[in-house]
Amino acid sequence: MAACGLFRSFSSNFSTFRSLLTRSALLSPQRPALRPHYGRTIASSSRLSEALKFTDKHEWVRVDDSGTGTVGISNFAQEALGDVVYCGLPEVGTQLAQQDEFGALESVKAASELYSPLTGEVVEVNTLLADNPGLVNKSCYKDGWLMKMTIANPAELDALMDEAAYEKYIRSIED
Amino acid sequence: MWARLTVAAGLRAPRESLLRVTGAGCAGKFLRERRDFSTEAPLKKTPLFDFHRHHGGKMVDFAGWSMPVQYKDSHIASHTHTREHCSIFDVSHMLQTKIHGKDRVKFMESLVVADIAELKDNQGTLTLFTNEKGGIIDDLIVTKTDQGYLYVVSNAGCADKDSAHMKAKLAEYKAAGFDVDLEFIDEALVALQGPIMAQVLQAGLKGDLSKLTFMSSTLVTVFGIPDCRVTRCGYTGEDGVEISVPRSKVVELAEKLLSNSEVKLAGLGARDSLRLEAGLCLYGNDIDETTTPVEASLVWTIGKRRRQTKDFPGADIIIPQIKAKTARRRVGLVSTGPPVRQHTPILSPAGQVIGEVTSGCPSPCLRKNIAMGYVDAAFAKNGTAIQVEIRKKTVPATVTKMPFVPTNYYSG
Repeated sequence: MAACGLFRSFSSNFSTFRSLLTRSALLSPQRPALRPHYGRTIASSSRLSEALKFTDKHEWVRVDDSGTGTVGISNFAQEALGDVVYCGLPEVGTQLAQQDEFGALESVKAASELYSPLTGEVVEVNTLLADNPGLVNKSCYKDGWLMKMTIANPAELDALMDEAAYEKYIRSIED
Repeated sequence: MWARLTVAAGLRAPRESLLRVTGAGCAGKFLRERRDFSTEAPLKKTPLFDFHRHHGGKMVDFAGWSMPVQYKDSHIASHTHTREHCSIFDVSHMLQTKIHGKDRVKFMESLVVADIAELKDNQGTLTLFTNEKGGIIDDLIVTKTDQGYLYVVSNAGCADKDSAHMKAKLAEYKAAGFDVDLEFIDEALVALQGPIMAQVLQAGLKGDLSKLTFMSSTLVTVFGIPDCRVTRCGYTGEDGVEISVPRSKVVELAEKLLSNSEVKLAGLGARDSLRLEAGLCLYGNDIDETTTPVEASLVWTIGKRRRQTKDFPGADIIIPQIKAKTARRRVGLVSTGPPVRQHTPILSPAGQVIGEVTSGCPSPCLRKNIAMGYVDAAFAKNGTAIQVEIRKKTVPATVTKMPFVPTNYYSG
């Protein structure tokens, strides 16, 4: 039975990485559920630029001028996951709180849950991924986007990492 | 594959243990570095460790060994390359044992379900160590060499318990005056798998590889390296060999094989999806000490004579199950949509839980989801429509004969 123990520890080690990919120690603050709710109308400031914002779970969000957030996964995440062969995406209209699970990306060897970077409603999903899930690997910041969502609480964006902070975060994981 | 093997026992080569597919293991570098070294022993390294790293191997913890899960190519590319060309797998972590002495066959038969006595010289077979309750302690390959010993390869993840199990029986046998001895050998083990294997390996052999049929073994010089044991077996469903080679020579062997432009290195990721397509069990996932050979659809491994003599561990439980059937059975499943993974519940068409998936992944060759798992016997027939529950949604699936991808073993 010693070997069984070995086996269990092995498998938990594999899940360790999954945790790393999806729910590693929070660098960003906990979900600010009780913060005041800012409407989308005030979301046209420079804060909502075209720049990418990242979560510690390796999702990114880009906010366009209309105040809609496009969500995808980072290059680090797509590399770690490998060839994506199936994208489980939410239905349009799904209400998500920040950090809610909204779907999963599946490679041959692993399933990786997706967590919403922000609070809001799903307004569109990338239907191209149904026939071409590999877009997530080929173009994770552009054609391989996953969903678009409203932004119920723009303040949540502030707590996400910008590209420089995210790169630093990745290096801290890799070291 | 099992279905086919019920007609031709011994027709295969299996095992390898423990690749869990629940995590994105390709970034194993992090895994390793995040281990708690204060409580865990450092990972063991095969003699190819530096070679793997040099070739871009992403190393992960596998049963206490640092092993490559993949190299620079993607998992799917590596899988496909093995099916179409040829790949090298380092399987040096597996336990290799020689069993000496004139009572070696009797000794081995006291531990496993196979008819070792009937094996021809240099013929091997897949077999099972069973316990008194009929459960499977490990799966292994036993080859009856013409060199005066049995050559045994068993799983790395079971190495400690396998060696303890064999040593305990050895003490018993020695006390009873039998002539038998164990030698745990420290050789490296490399698998070369794929349809062009013979072409690649023949270039390094004097003898004629076409005479070495599936599940047979020979001691030869390979690419100038003497004392290599080449056994035509594997864990991919393809034609292939496993080469047991002195540790000091394994890098040289791997380099010579890799100098053929059609040969690539493949890691544990491809190994797992290849074996699943071939319908081969992974010890710890698909079989363990709580599953009997009958439940596991491995009845074909039980030698005919052994069914009469009923003299292997757990025979009094296992043998009656062959006729009476068991409440559950290991089957193959095929579905589309979201991939089916280990621990996915299996449901009847009416929605009742009838079992659980033990291994599953999207099949790179079939572009469908394949899985194996245990179901209530009433649902075990091929073609039965069932359901699987994935993230709280039910998805239709079909009980399907294995192998999922036809095997390509060389029968001469």
